[in-house]
Amino acid sequence: MLSSIPILSSITFLPLFGALIILLTCSDDEQGGKNSKFVALWTSLITFILSLFVLFNFDNDLNNFQFIEKASWIPLSNVSYHMGVDGISLPFVILSTFLIPVCIFASFQSIKKQVPLFMSLFLILEVLMVGTFCAMDILVFYIFFEAVLIPMFLIIGIWGGVRRVYSAFKFFLYTLLGSVLMLIAIFYIFSKTGTTEINEIVKFSFPYEVQILLFIAFFASFSVKLPMWPVHTWLPDAHVEAPTAGSVILAGVLLKMGGYGFLRFSIPMFPDASILFAPFVFVLSVIAIIYTSLVALVQNDMKKMIAYSSVAHMGFVTIGAFSFTNEGMAGSVYQMVSHGLISGALFLCVGIVYDRLHTREINAYGGVTDVMPNFAVFFMFMMLASVGLPGTSGFVGELLVLVGIWKAYPIVAIFCATGLILGAIYMLWLYRRVMFGKAIKEEIVSLEKLSKREIIIFVPITALILIFGIYATPLLDITQLSINNILNITEFHQNKNKVSQIAALKDLGVI
Amino acid sequence: MNLYGISGEIFLAISGMIALLISVFSSKDSSLKITTRFCNLSLLISLILIVLSHQNSGYLFNEMYVYDGLSLYSKTLILLGTILTLLIGSKPQKIDGFNQPEYPVLILFSVLGMVLMSSSKNLISLYMALELQSLPLYVIAAINRDNLKSSEAGLKYFILGALSSGLLLFGMSLVYGAVGDTSFSLISEVSSQNMSSILLVGLVFILSGLAFKISLVPFHMWTPDVYEGAPTPVTAFFAIVPKIAAITILVRVTFSAFDNAITSWQQIIIFLSLLSMILGSFAAIMQNNLKRLMAYSSIAHMGYALVGVASGLLEGVSGVLIYMAIYIIMNVGAFIIILSMRRDNQIVEEIYDLKGISKTHPFLAFSFVTILFSMAGIPPLAGFFGKWLVFYSAVNANLIFLAIIGVLTSVVGAFYYLRIIKIMYFDENDVNLDVVENKSSMAILGLMLFLTLSFGIFLNWFVETTMGIVSLI
Repeated sequence: MLSSIPILSSITFLPLFGALIILLTCSDDEQGGKNSKFVALWTSLITFILSLFVLFNFDNDLNNFQFIEKASWIPLSNVSYHMGVDGISLPFVILSTFLIPVCIFASFQSIKKQVPLFMSLFLILEVLMVGTFCAMDILVFYIFFEAVLIPMFLIIGIWGGVRRVYSAFKFFLYTLLGSVLMLIAIFYIFSKTGTTEINEIVKFSFPYEVQILLFIAFFASFSVKLPMWPVHTWLPDAHVEAPTAGSVILAGVLLKMGGYGFLRFSIPMFPDASILFAPFVFVLSVIAIIYTSLVALVQNDMKKMIAYSSVAHMGFVTIGAFSFTNEGMAGSVYQMVSHGLISGALFLCVGIVYDRLHTREINAYGGVTDVMPNFAVFFMFMMLASVGLPGTSGFVGELLVLVGIWKAYPIVAIFCATGLILGAIYMLWLYRRVMFGKAIKEEIVSLEKLSKREIIIFVPITALILIFGIYATPLLDITQLSINNILNITEFHQNKNKVSQIAALKDLGVI
Repeated sequence: MNLYGISGEIFLAISGMIALLISVFSSKDSSLKITTRFCNLSLLISLILIVLSHQNSGYLFNEMYVYDGLSLYSKTLILLGTILTLLIGSKPQKIDGFNQPEYPVLILFSVLGMVLMSSSKNLISLYMALELQSLPLYVIAAINRDNLKSSEAGLKYFILGALSSGLLLFGMSLVYGAVGDTSFSLISEVSSQNMSSILLVGLVFILSGLAFKISLVPFHMWTPDVYEGAPTPVTAFFAIVPKIAAITILVRVTFSAFDNAITSWQQIIIFLSLLSMILGSFAAIMQNNLKRLMAYSSIAHMGYALVGVASGLLEGVSGVLIYMAIYIIMNVGAFIIILSMRRDNQIVEEIYDLKGISKTHPFLAFSFVTILFSMAGIPPLAGFFGKWLVFYSAVNANLIFLAIIGVLTSVVGAFYYLRIIKIMYFDENDVNLDVVENKSSMAILGLMLFLTLSFGIFLNWFVETTMGIVSLI
């Protein structure tokens, strides 16, 4: 039964039907808005339930892609529509299908204009995100990966804040510029290997010089998407101007496409180049962690601060991935999943106070704890999770990355740990300024408490952060075998390099 | 002699003459309408005749005329494109008091030239077809006689077009001098043995002449002015149909006449393609007039399409052919929107006039956004697949720098397409735009929207068909 139903395609394209229904039937008025919210929420919930089915039927002990679907697309060029999940992609599929209903539910009140369009764009976004993570053909991957720009551009541009146009353009052009270079690299790989199957390309070993160029092309795309310092500047702008749900999905899933790309493409396909560039990646990541943490310290805008903290957290992801240790890579995936939940939740928190007070200035707040006690609890929990308090998922991810990098490059670990301290400083300071103190300002005193809808949004995220923080084994089990595969490749090449270095030294007569 | 292979063209020529009579003898009010309908019908019938008669391939008139897969493909695109542009232009014409019944007749004759051109395999028949194609176009550009801009456009087009014909003819005479014959097969034979410098110079002139017709940089100067000056239905026709014929004949000249001299023309094509991509993308940034913007956008698109020719590979040509189909789909869609823009019953064509259209005309805005994203080459829309095929063939031919510059200019191009989207969706509207409600146009727009969105599904059919065609050139 399992093999007969194309379950991954169903998950991927079900939201598309929801979007079509909304676009074709819902008019742009109050009733149409209500209907579209209803359709969007239910479609995304059904998609989520279907994706849980994949999660529960996923075999952790099977060292291969699962739920494979393959249909010939262009037989002449050997390109096919090929879908499947392994331990690295599955967590992101679930993360996407989980966050989309949350986002849709969270925008029930805050989105006032063109509601049907907003809802359908979110569903289309879900199609593209799930497709990106499920694609096993590199061209199909690229199509989903880049198509994400369209709905996101419109979401930022139509429902964003004051400088939305600037941010939308910056977001679009930055990421497009990064990814077109990857497209050329994909074409090159295609023309050399004659295949676009990810599984087949991994087996192909490119000459060293070619690997370096290809790595740079892929790096251009993924480092912008992730984003890494110094190409991160689109992120704060996009985050600040995007509507709450847009920020959540941007931080929650879209950034992870970069990290996923490193683990799925860059490292296994160009192992020698990855080993060569690892120190460079570490330097950029360490700068990202420390510099953006310092920048986050001086922000007056809550969203901007969380955006910069995202850049810092993504620094851990790249360090973990390029440490080429089991713990580091597992930690990298873990950190991405946990950051997806935590930063998403933090943006929701900001969205909740923003909906009430219509400002994100930290100075405009103070003493919110007295007025909104429930909110204070949730916000504090998310803030501590972001800092990496033990017992939350943030701790597990950061610890694993630190352990991994300590094994490989202890110096980098020291800088990372410094970043952790800075992270604690700015997050705690943010919380103090926004939440504590006496509520003297009139607007603050008259703030509404959390509605039931808002509490419903927070409960599942909080639960997941706690579960992943206390009991890490299930997620680690899922990713283990896939990470081992990547490690086998990199270790093989590291040893090969060592052998050839020793041989070179012998030739020179040093040894 | 069996004239079955050319029956479509013969039919078109006869019906053109009949259409001329109809336009003269029908009453003045309904003349344009009747003639347009008649022309549409005869275009459709000749399309059917061509499809039927081109099932087998062969030659006519001492190899002057060839009917094969390539000519069938390009004729189908030409005729479909013409029918579509006549359909979408008919209602706005009436409103704008643009009432000359000669318009469809001239288009018919021009189309006859184009279909003959895509079938020519001899320099003489090529030149004759090209002139038959061009002369009516000069007249159509100036058809709005009372409008200064339109007359200027016509004159400009005529002078530059005549210059390009002169270049072409000069090149042909040089080639004839070197080869001693005008048929492509003999040129191919001679050029494979001895690519003399006279032949090379002739080739350069022929390519320059053709580049004029496709409006490739540095022979593009007429394009923005003619596009802007000509009445919009005419611009739509200019933007869509003549390019197909010209690209087809370019493919024939390069892959059929000079197929053994790839190294000689490849550099020229790369040069033209690079300049067109760069200029088309950068110059469009400054444009506020939609028609001028479409002119630069079409220059850039032709540059991208030429990347496929530059590759010198058959799969590159297949990519070009598919690119042309996609180009028609996108441009027909875009021009439906441009044609329907009105404010207080006046034609408007500034991009700022589109302000806030997303709220007043959601379907129109949504279609335009999709088409613009497609033109920018964002997957999964049609435009991406065109770029994929041509850039892939360039990478395959080791022209990686060309592909890289191509994708970089497409990022620049994305900027000006996004600018239009921004105006439609992000800006608040103060003055509403009127739109000519036109059911048939909206139906065509819906079809084009569907094709743009779902081109990926048909891609395989296109790849297989065009690969079959190009393997026989």
